[in-house]
Amino acid sequence: MLAIEVSGLSKTFGSRKALDDVHLALEAGEMVALIGASGSGKSTLLRHLSGFVRGDADGGEVHVMGELVQRNGAIAADVRRVRAQIGFVFQQFNLVDRLTLLTNVLTGLLHRVPTHRSLLKLFTREERALGLKALAEVGIDDYAFQRASTLSGGQQQRAAIARALVQGAKVVLADEPIASLDPESSRKVMDMLARVNRDHGCAVLVSLHQVDIALQYCKRVVAMRDGRVVFDGPATELSPAFLQSLYGGEAFADAVTPASVLPLQPSAAIRAAA
Amino acid sequence: MSNTPATAMRAPGVDPLPRRSLHSLLVWGLLLAALAASWNGADMRPLALFADAGNMAVYAREFFPPDFTHWRTHVAEMIVTLQIALWGSALAVLCAIPCGLLCAANITPAWIHQPVRRVMDAARAINEMVFAMLFIVAVGLGPFAGVLALWVHTTGVLAKLFSEAVEAIDPSPVEGIRATGANALEEIVYGVIPQVMPLWVSYSLYRFESNIRSASVVGMVGAGGIGVILYEVIRSFQYAETCAVMLIIIVFVTLLDLVSSQIRKALL
Repeated sequence: MLAIEVSGLSKTFGSRKALDDVHLALEAGEMVALIGASGSGKSTLLRHLSGFVRGDADGGEVHVMGELVQRNGAIAADVRRVRAQIGFVFQQFNLVDRLTLLTNVLTGLLHRVPTHRSLLKLFTREERALGLKALAEVGIDDYAFQRASTLSGGQQQRAAIARALVQGAKVVLADEPIASLDPESSRKVMDMLARVNRDHGCAVLVSLHQVDIALQYCKRVVAMRDGRVVFDGPATELSPAFLQSLYGGEAFADAVTPASVLPLQPSAAIRAAA
Repeated sequence: MSNTPATAMRAPGVDPLPRRSLHSLLVWGLLLAALAASWNGADMRPLALFADAGNMAVYAREFFPPDFTHWRTHVAEMIVTLQIALWGSALAVLCAIPCGLLCAANITPAWIHQPVRRVMDAARAINEMVFAMLFIVAVGLGPFAGVLALWVHTTGVLAKLFSEAVEAIDPSPVEGIRATGANALEEIVYGVIPQVMPLWVSYSLYRFESNIRSASVVGMVGAGGIGVILYEVIRSFQYAETCAVMLIIIVFVTLLDLVSSQIRKALL
């Protein structure tokens, strides 16, 4: 069964094609980078995969873990059940500031906690233990009872990954997860995503605007331009000339000059696994 | 990756000053015109204050010294007034939570929030005094009519304030909750309520303070509490006792304002 299957997905905003006949398939357990310039449709594609946005009326269909998310501009009636299998990691973390880190992580359980209990924020001892274990796995269990707003961006992003773990997600979609983070936090978050992929067997689709990081962490790269998939294949086959055309001359030069490349190296464990 | 949107967003070379001052001139002009047009309607006779200054002085003198003979009754009725305000406010907060959420355009579709808003407008447009007179007919003279009056009016006020807080939330945490497969109610409880809680608490306490003032007035139409006494002593020209009652109201309202502003500060 394919983890993600997108066929003929199109989305038009006004007269602009944000997504133009996108086809994409991810096997279970794959880790794939989604690259492209700003406005190329990376975020829009990810938001369609989770059913936040509906495609055009004749805009193809999206399946995740074999279940329909949307078809021809209509979101599946049971999209919540499909979303429960998708861990979504956002650029701005999207935690609830005034809730503790643990409660934020436990929201990953909402889809399987009975509503009468979830509305009263009553979680069992076992559920809490699960949340703490996930926080420990991403290395921030010391802060479990602090409000999310008191933590750094990197810590919040790791909590968002812990939320996906608690959720029991089979697919993790990460929308520019490190774009708002410093290099060290970025490395930790990328390592964590790689570990989620390796240890939990999650398919990970991560959009990135740093090509070098995409190449370091992902064997397969999907490149988008103007809403179309213009490359889908092994990272090793990406040529400098293609990347230049992908980002446009000036932007690409800017993206690969040593001064702006993050000094990011996967940790030894991740490299050994890869 | 430093965030300086404020400086980055400002368009260079645009001077907003001339347009704004023309605009404010217009607003001031309209305000003055409205005041002038209302002079006759409001029967403004400032000279009457001076012409009858002698009478005013005699009238004022009758208020002093205040007559505290019946202070036990007055304090007991003042406590009844507080109890009316407390129940009226508590019931209003309970109703304003669902109504406020239903009024919020970012949570409900127009065919829900528009009708609910109109109902809340009606509850807010009509004064507590009017509601009190209506409820007296329904449930009889006494504090319960006052509670009902405050309840309805305050629900209208709080629902509007609550929904405005909801409309100002950051949508991204809600999307974070939605992404986990949570249902709509869970999105509200985990994504919306934590964001609006400080404002909601603050608005509720503020309305409780103003309901204490309102509760002392609804009594004047017979809906129980200190207002009943105030009405009686004024109507029977017992100005010294009126003065005592007014002082008791001032002391209670001031104390409760202080306490509730302390609570608000502690909660925010």
